[in-house]
Amino acid sequence: MDAAGAIARPRTTPFWRTPTFRRLVRHRSFMIGLAMFSFVVALAVLAWWIAPNDPNRTAIRMRFRPPQLDRVFLLGTDNLGRNMLSRIVHGAQLSLLIGLGVVLLNTVFGVLLGAVAGYFRKLDGPMMRLADALMAFPSILLAIGIAAALGPSAWTAVIALSVVYIPRTARIVRASVLVVREMEFVQAARASGAGHWRIISRHIMPNCMAPLIVQLSFIFAYAVLSEAVLSFLGLGAPPSIPSWGTMISEGRTYIREAAWLTIVPGCAIALTVLGLNLMGDGLRDVLDPRLKIEQG
Amino acid sequence: MGSYIIRRLLQAIPILLIVSLISFGIMKLVPGDPAIVIGGPNATAEEVENIRRNLGLDRPFYVQVGVFYWNLLHGDLGRSLLLGKPVLEAVIERAPITISLSIYAMVLTIVFGISIGVLAALRQNTWIDQVATTFALIGVSLPNFWLGLVMIVLFSVHLGWLPTNSYVEFSDDPVRWLRHATMPSVALAMLQIGLLARITRSTMLETLRQDYIRTARAKGLPEWRVVAKHAMANVMIPVITVVGIILSVLISGSVVIESVFSIPGIGSLLGNAILRRDYTMIQGGLLFVAAALMLLNILVDILYAWFDPRVRYDAGK
Amino acid sequence: MAAQPLLSVRNLRTVFGTMQGEVTAVDDVSFDVAPGEVLGIVGESGSGKSVTALSIMGLLPQPPGRVAGGEILFEGRDLLKLPRSELRRMRGSAIGMIFQEPMTSLNPVFSIGDQITETIRVHERIGAAAARTRGIEMLEKVGIPSPQRRIDDFPHQLSGGMRQRVMIAMALSCSPRLLLADEPTTALDVTIQAQILDLLRDLQREMGMAIVVITHNMGVIAEFADRVAVMYAGRIAEEGPVGRIFDAPTHPYTAGLLASTPDLVGEVPRLRTIPGTLPSLYELPPGCRFAPRCDRRVEACESGRPATQEIEPGHFAACIRAREGASA
Repeated sequence: MDAAGAIARPRTTPFWRTPTFRRLVRHRSFMIGLAMFSFVVALAVLAWWIAPNDPNRTAIRMRFRPPQLDRVFLLGTDNLGRNMLSRIVHGAQLSLLIGLGVVLLNTVFGVLLGAVAGYFRKLDGPMMRLADALMAFPSILLAIGIAAALGPSAWTAVIALSVVYIPRTARIVRASVLVVREMEFVQAARASGAGHWRIISRHIMPNCMAPLIVQLSFIFAYAVLSEAVLSFLGLGAPPSIPSWGTMISEGRTYIREAAWLTIVPGCAIALTVLGLNLMGDGLRDVLDPRLKIEQG
Repeated sequence: MGSYIIRRLLQAIPILLIVSLISFGIMKLVPGDPAIVIGGPNATAEEVENIRRNLGLDRPFYVQVGVFYWNLLHGDLGRSLLLGKPVLEAVIERAPITISLSIYAMVLTIVFGISIGVLAALRQNTWIDQVATTFALIGVSLPNFWLGLVMIVLFSVHLGWLPTNSYVEFSDDPVRWLRHATMPSVALAMLQIGLLARITRSTMLETLRQDYIRTARAKGLPEWRVVAKHAMANVMIPVITVVGIILSVLISGSVVIESVFSIPGIGSLLGNAILRRDYTMIQGGLLFVAAALMLLNILVDILYAWFDPRVRYDAGK
Repeated sequence: MAAQPLLSVRNLRTVFGTMQGEVTAVDDVSFDVAPGEVLGIVGESGSGKSVTALSIMGLLPQPPGRVAGGEILFEGRDLLKLPRSELRRMRGSAIGMIFQEPMTSLNPVFSIGDQITETIRVHERIGAAAARTRGIEMLEKVGIPSPQRRIDDFPHQLSGGMRQRVMIAMALSCSPRLLLADEPTTALDVTIQAQILDLLRDLQREMGMAIVVITHNMGVIAEFADRVAVMYAGRIAEEGPVGRIFDAPTHPYTAGLLASTPDLVGEVPRLRTIPGTLPSLYELPPGCRFAPRCDRRVEACESGRPATQEIEPGHFAACIRAREGASA
């Protein structure tokens, strides 16, 4: 095995035995965040079992029931008698799926574009101009604009949010690539005749993982938050799919009589985002304490 | 310094070009025929054709782009489909409201964000730090429109301290404006306060570790001076960079906040346009906001350069 | 020395709290500095020399570090017992300190004039104009050309050597009686090193102040110091006049250090080294800390801490075999 390969070879010890894992597990904020986020994930995965009934089933006679200590009416019902508990857990499914979608798109395209920009000097300039232009738009506004044009749907939300964030992810990847590219083991690999793509995938990328992983957890948090904004404005998933943002928007009219309709979904959002932010902080502390905090 | 300003302005031009292209392109994203969407389900073929001709959608693509830029250079951002008046006029009409709200939110952000961050850093690992960091973290995790609604429930409905309906402009009655503007500004600012506090704290911690701080103490300077002068001067520099980002987020957040609080600013103008598919308004409004923010960011960059002597005195290097 | 020493460090013990427990960086260190004398503290990295200087100034990074015992008598007063405000007042005015890294030791956003006059005005009640004049004088004294113009320069506009001169000007601006110089030339080019040392020597003679210079470079000691204390793993191995120690080192470690410095004259077939490495501060050997690497060790060396023996007046060594004379 060439020396360059030996340095960049991915770990052979399983992840749960590495010192990184041990440090993560001991990091209090990370574990708290992980617990919160896992709770939400559990809600989403087990939604069909937890939900007392269909989230869209209306029951006019049961409307406006406040939350009480009861298996069915734990979170009460809304103005159409729909069960809030069911709607919340199904909303969790939507938020998490959209978050996942945004993270996946960012991983694929952000890494691709960032690696290309960082590695091929000639493409760097124009690509960064384009990225700067996209970033000149305030993120929510651009997402709103795209979503408004494409028409409201869950897919629109994923695409719009991804477009907004991919330039930022690409920048971060590019920054790492720029640094790693100059390191000696890369020169060694190049000298031994490795092709561009081999160098990028086997030698450069594994060493850029740390800031990327931190950024991805923050992106997930941002996606959940922004999806709520889009749904609140009516630009997200259609009303037939329960979404936390739509629930807040619908509950708004009844804020005086039935405040829980607005408060409960907001708490759900806050819990998820807080959990993700804590995890992101923990990952950053453990993986690279010298990373500066970036927006989102 | 002067050359830096000119360089910065020149750099902005290609970006501005792309930005305008993107906002122009938004209309092109509409799936299907925009003329039909605008006309609505009941429009006749003739009406749709009229719309198409009015908006110039029947011309070839490059002509449309050309017309778009030609209009831009003349300060014409298009005409709102709903309101019938020029986009620029509608936006400028409502600008003072959004601007006053943003300034209020900005002041709150800077004052609280920086003080909380500095306090947390100076009392690192004590309960003060824990409380401050937790507060900042929660602030960053709350959806701002939801916070606005919660505040309405608390402070308006239950406690009756602050009003929710109608809106008073600053120029009409500053005191009443303050009462009306507080809740929306706090809702707007909360996320930014959290963000700024976190960044200030980490920057301060890092700055306090620097060698020149040790030198300042070795010179016998009182601790308050070491922090207030030597540390803060270095902390402000990266913080100013963030201020630009914060301003962007503030203005975009106002879209939602203004609808929550029924405030007639640019934000709700855009919000309405989105709901009613007023594409020309969306296009023109977005471009206006993006361009205004770019200008503000350039100003922030210049401010940053002025503060950092390494950049300021780099003339000709 | 009949007169009272300017600085008298007695049994200083400084510890650091780490994740693996408390670590003693400076263990029962004692030395004196007479007024106007230059004392060199020499040792490898990690021997505790910088920590000693920071302990004297009260500049230890507080959360992990603290002074756990001993006395630091400056002009008869114990610095460790002074209230913080008193100690703070002495820094810069009675005791000055310069550091190793001139590139990062000056605040990049303030002009050097600002940083010098600030020092002066904190300690003395004089106006801005007078302080500025003194600042210009100091810059001239340390050899900065065109001081009236350069006083308004920013640190990044100066080279490393110039910045170190500015540091010296700052530290000496209030005429301290004692200057602590922590590796003042290590980060500089060789040619600049010589200039800075000459400058320090001239200033020392002119102002009559005492200097404690910390370095790992025996050459600096030979050039510059009157007396030298050799530190190893947190303890003083040998202390005495520079001439005597260089001619006839009595502690094996000192001998090893001197032997490993190559001679410029004559052939050097092979560089001599001291086998082994510094012990980790978490796993210190019992007894004499140098014993594992010492070629003159006997069983008794490992049983207890070697007592400090006076070889001749003013010359001490912490080795039970010191009187026998060390191998050269």
